[in-house]
Amino acid sequence: MLEEYLSLFVRAVFVENMALAFFLGMCTFLAISKKVETALGLGIAVVVVLTITVPINNLVLNNFLDEGALAWTGIAALENVDLRFLGLMCYIGLIAALVQILEMVLDKHVPSLYNALGVFLPLITVNCAILGASLFMVERNYDFGESVVFGFGSGVGWALALVLLAGIREKLKYSDVPHGLRGLGIVFTITGLMSLGFMSFAGVQL
Amino acid sequence: MAKLKTKDVMLAPVFANNPIALQILGICSALAITTKMSTTVTMCLAVIFVMTLSNFFVSLIRNIIPSNIRIIVQMTIITTLVIVVDQFLQAFAFQLSRELSVFVGLIITNCIVLGRAEAFAMQNPPLISAVDGFGNALGYSVVLLFVGFARELFGSGSVFGIEVFALSTEGGWYVANGLMLLPPSAFFLIAAFIWVLRTFRTEQVETEEFEIKPNTRVSAAF
Repeated sequence: MLEEYLSLFVRAVFVENMALAFFLGMCTFLAISKKVETALGLGIAVVVVLTITVPINNLVLNNFLDEGALAWTGIAALENVDLRFLGLMCYIGLIAALVQILEMVLDKHVPSLYNALGVFLPLITVNCAILGASLFMVERNYDFGESVVFGFGSGVGWALALVLLAGIREKLKYSDVPHGLRGLGIVFTITGLMSLGFMSFAGVQL
Repeated sequence: MAKLKTKDVMLAPVFANNPIALQILGICSALAITTKMSTTVTMCLAVIFVMTLSNFFVSLIRNIIPSNIRIIVQMTIITTLVIVVDQFLQAFAFQLSRELSVFVGLIITNCIVLGRAEAFAMQNPPLISAVDGFGNALGYSVVLLFVGFARELFGSGSVFGIEVFALSTEGGWYVANGLMLLPPSAFFLIAAFIWVLRTFRTEQVETEEFEIKPNTRVSAAF
C-alpha cells in the first residue's frame, strides 16, 4: 500500500512532471520565474492548493457526479443519473471557491503565510496545473488516498521545476544571449533542456 | 476610443501582437497536443470556436455584469462553451477526444480566452469583440500549426497521418527523429518561432535589464 503511494508520488514529481512533461501552468511558470524568492512562494501556494483541491474534487466526483453516485440520497429518480458532463463546471467552480476560502482562512489564522503568498493565491485559480491535476485524477480513476498523494506530488513537482528555472534565470542575467532570443526565446529553450533532463527519470521504478 | 478597424483587429494578433510569442498567454494547454496534425487542428478549431463565442457573449452582457463578480460570469460562459465542445467531440469524434484527453477541458484555464474577454470584450460592442476573439485564436493557431506540422513531419515522417517521408523502419530512407515526439521539442520549436519572428520584427525584442560592459584588459585598466 505504502509502496504504491510512494511510487505514485515519485512518478508525479519526476516522471510526469506537470510543467515539463504536460506543459501545465506554463503561463505562470514563465511569468513568475524571474526570482527564486517569488518562485518559492508561488510554489508553496500551488502545493497547498493542489493537495486540497484534487481530493475534494475526487469526493465530488464519487458522491455527486459519477453515474449512479447519487444513489445514497435514496431518491429513486436520482439513482441512475449521470452528471459527469457537468464535471468541468464543478471542478473549476470548486477550485475558485476553495482558493477564495483558503485565502480568507489564511488571512485570519496564519497571517504570516498569507502575507508571504500575497498576490499568488488568487492567481492560482487560473493556473492550468490545478484544473489539469483534477482532470487527470478523473481520467485515471484515482481513489481518495491516491488523489491526495497525486495532488501533493504533482504540486511538489511543479514547484520544483519552477524554483529550478528561477535559479537558472537569475544566473542568465550574466550571459550574452543572441538578440532575437533574448527574454522569452531563451527561457523556452532552457525549459526545453530542463524537460529533456527530467525525461531521464522516465526509467525510475520503485 | 478610436474606431477600431475590423481588419486590424483580426490580423494584428497573428503576427504583430501574437498571444503566444509576445504576450506569453495560453501556452499551457496547447503544447502537449501538437505531436500530430489531426489533434492540433482539432484543438485550434475548438479554441477558435470558444474564443469567438465567449468574446461575443461576454460583450453582449458587458453592461449588466456587476463588476465585482465579472470573472465568475466570464468563467461560466467559457466553461459552458468548453463543455459544448467536449460533448460534441465525445459524440462525433471519440477517438480524437481520447487523444486530446484532458486538454479540451483545459481550454477553460487557457489564459488567452479569459484575457481577451477581460481586456477586450468588456469594453467593446459584440461584433468587433467576436472578431477580436477570432483573430487572437487565429494567432494562437498559427503557432500551434507550425509546431504541430514540424513535429509530425520530422517526428513520424507524415502530415495528417499521410506518409510524406518514407520511414526507414518500413524500408524507406528517412530515420524518424524521436525527439520531435517528446515534450522538449515543443519548447525548442516555439523558441525558434519566437526567434524568427523577432528577427523580422525587431521592435519585439526585449531589452536587457542591464548591459554587460565589454571586457577590459588589465593593461588598459592601469
